[in-house]
Amino acid sequence: MANRGSLILRSLRRVAAFREFALIIVLIVMGIAMTFASPVFLDIGNLQAILLALSVEGTIAVGMMLLLISGGLDLSVGSTLWFTVVVTGLALQAGVTTFPSIILGLIAALSVGLINGLLVAKMKINPFITTLGMSITIRGLLLVIARGRAVLNLPASFTVIGQGSIFGFQYPTFVMIAIVIIGDVLMRNTRFFRQNYYIGGNEKAASLSGINVNFVKIANYCIVALLAGVAGLLITARFGSSSVTIGTGVELRVITATIIGGASLNGGEGSVFGAFLGALFMGVLANALNLLGVDTYWQNFITGMILIIAVMFDVINEKRKSQQK
Amino acid sequence: MQVSLHPLIICEMIMEEVLRTENISKNFPGVKAVDNVSFSLMKGEILALIGENGAGKSTLSQILSGVYKPDEGQFLLEGALVVFFSPNDAIQQGISMVFQELSLVGSLSVAENLFANRQPTGKVGNIHWSVLYQQTHDFLQRFNLNLDPRQQVKYLSMGQQQILEILKAISTDPKVLILDEPSSSLTEAETTFLFENIRKLQQQGMSFIYITHKLSEVFQIADQVMVMRDGKYVSKRDVHEVTESDLVNMMVGREIRKLYGASGKPIQEEYFRVEGFTRDNFFTDILLNLKRGEIIGLAGLIGAGRTQIGRSIFGIDPHDSGRIFLNGKEIHISKPLSAIENGIAYLTEDRKGQGLFLSMSIRENIVAPSLRRFTARSGFLDSRRIDRFANEAVEQYSIATPSITKKLINLSGGNQQKCLIAMWMGINPKVIIFDEPTRGVDVGARAEIYQKLRDFAAAGTGVIMISSDLPELIGMCNRILVVHHGRISGEIDRADFTEERIMALSAGIQYKPNSNGKEN
Repeated sequence: MANRGSLILRSLRRVAAFREFALIIVLIVMGIAMTFASPVFLDIGNLQAILLALSVEGTIAVGMMLLLISGGLDLSVGSTLWFTVVVTGLALQAGVTTFPSIILGLIAALSVGLINGLLVAKMKINPFITTLGMSITIRGLLLVIARGRAVLNLPASFTVIGQGSIFGFQYPTFVMIAIVIIGDVLMRNTRFFRQNYYIGGNEKAASLSGINVNFVKIANYCIVALLAGVAGLLITARFGSSSVTIGTGVELRVITATIIGGASLNGGEGSVFGAFLGALFMGVLANALNLLGVDTYWQNFITGMILIIAVMFDVINEKRKSQQK
Repeated sequence: MQVSLHPLIICEMIMEEVLRTENISKNFPGVKAVDNVSFSLMKGEILALIGENGAGKSTLSQILSGVYKPDEGQFLLEGALVVFFSPNDAIQQGISMVFQELSLVGSLSVAENLFANRQPTGKVGNIHWSVLYQQTHDFLQRFNLNLDPRQQVKYLSMGQQQILEILKAISTDPKVLILDEPSSSLTEAETTFLFENIRKLQQQGMSFIYITHKLSEVFQIADQVMVMRDGKYVSKRDVHEVTESDLVNMMVGREIRKLYGASGKPIQEEYFRVEGFTRDNFFTDILLNLKRGEIIGLAGLIGAGRTQIGRSIFGIDPHDSGRIFLNGKEIHISKPLSAIENGIAYLTEDRKGQGLFLSMSIRENIVAPSLRRFTARSGFLDSRRIDRFANEAVEQYSIATPSITKKLINLSGGNQQKCLIAMWMGINPKVIIFDEPTRGVDVGARAEIYQKLRDFAAAGTGVIMISSDLPELIGMCNRILVVHHGRISGEIDRADFTEERIMALSAGIQYKPNSNGKEN
């Protein structure tokens, strides 16, 4: 009955309201502009570098998005990342072979996630406080253990996972892409992961719908911690060593990426693909600013501005919609 | 998912008992919320459950729906003893409840909300989207509801969301469906739609427990009505055997002879006037005048723009054109503070969300809009005067509380509403705009609130009442203005008040009385 033109227009408008769509447009525009501004932008080496550079944030953003959708938050991913690296590094230096060392590191990460999850879900402590406290605790503990020393002299059997490449794209890039694709498919299509939308939308109602809220929450913290561990191992393998500053500030960059990618701190909204686009946007932006010779110190300023503008865009959009009702 | 259609005659089904409770009790610290309640519900019966706030209706229904376990007593579902460990358990066994607050997720589709956590899935937990959408489409068709299963819920109106919420419970195919004030955010048309479908489901053998504050709904929809008071069962009667005033008496246990009090006479002098008041897309060319000591009502359907008019007069929302006069002088209102300084008070319909500071004490709430009065020249608050003022207010408005330091969140709806009134009387208003003065307020507190409004009017204050409760408007007002689609569609004097006339104007129909053509 409705005329076809208006239907198409309406569905177009509906698609355009999605953050993913807006981000893709912005990325394309940036890409075109950069192609003209800098001859090396489209260079395969440069593209490889962009993806490699954002592989840490991109990997963790998948888990962070999961948490934000369910109404949670994790500020301890940076510390968890370092914790994993130290455990694996110590195991390797003690002569444990590569694979078991990695497993040990990931178990360490998982234990952090489990504690976070238990504190938030069972003890009902605010996620911000829980994970902030956890972050400081772990970093403190590691400083005591490591005494400011870096993890060095890693065997080649370990470093290959960060340094090997296919068609010039390093392994960390593939790991990130695989995690993003798997995460997105799971989040869109499985009942277990979709429970997060209900929990973030209305926790009480979710439990009335028969969702085991605590279990899902604990699982979420474990997943994000595990992803932080994976990211940490990849970056350490890539550099062949890690300093004590590894992972600092990564939580804020990841949260920024997920929010630019469409998450809401109130929960219930967002997608894994959006989180990836958010991270990609930040990666491309940083690269573009480098190529244009903008001082690195300006980059934080610009990223901050963009975060605020993205959220402002959301608020204005919501207001317009609520007025249409 | 399908409710099977039994070609049974209703009276045959009435014989069959679906739910019976035996001596159910539930204690909370310091209060016996449900006290030894026994009743039974027949198959295909619609039972209205009424009572004042705190009478135990909600607790009883939460026991039946598995939120709480009873301390004593038991209940039988279709003759078998059942124990619920969770709401999900209750749903599995056939009792679903629609809660007052919405449980929908705005960013998810109609389909996913309807079948929350019950999406059809494959072997690895992957959702079959086409099956889900088809299932939703078929389900909505059964209720003649034209909603796109893929539509995100945040783009639906409040009423549509409420309907969806009810359908969500129905989709679990319960034997007993408990509805807690389902019509509170529905328009007239949506309520009719709901009632039609309740009757359709009733004929298919579903039983309903319908909790409501609106007595008129009891007679519109229910077969039986059960009254509770102070946690106890008072009576269960056939609706044809009782009158509205019988119900009121049973609810309060005493007779409220004049719920609305006697109507005063306004002084014939124009006092407050709003003219040509327009906010684009919300309301247009509103003309409103108020005499000293007059109570006028703004009637209309939800969404007609009544609340928006009130908000704009008070300066919460802007207006695009129009003028406001008080005592013959034009006043300019651009923000709530300028309205307050001119003596205009606005009491919001959303007392929990926008009206009160629930986590703060009575004392702190009551002085919130008039803090300036209680500030010494040094900038410090004069706490002795605040205490005295708050204590006086508690007494004057008969707010039931042991102390003025009690937090508002611990008070009943009626007492919170009284606090809201006391709070705004602190600015000594000349004009009171009161949006839904008795929403969620029990009958006893209602009578007290009405009396207070009468007292304000008698003291020369003008009152504008925005209300969806027609008997209340008819009982209280000197004049009623009806708002339809953002315009005043008619004005009715007290002598000519009838519910039919107000409803017709609300719906935008020119009301024509049968014989005398009074209406212009």
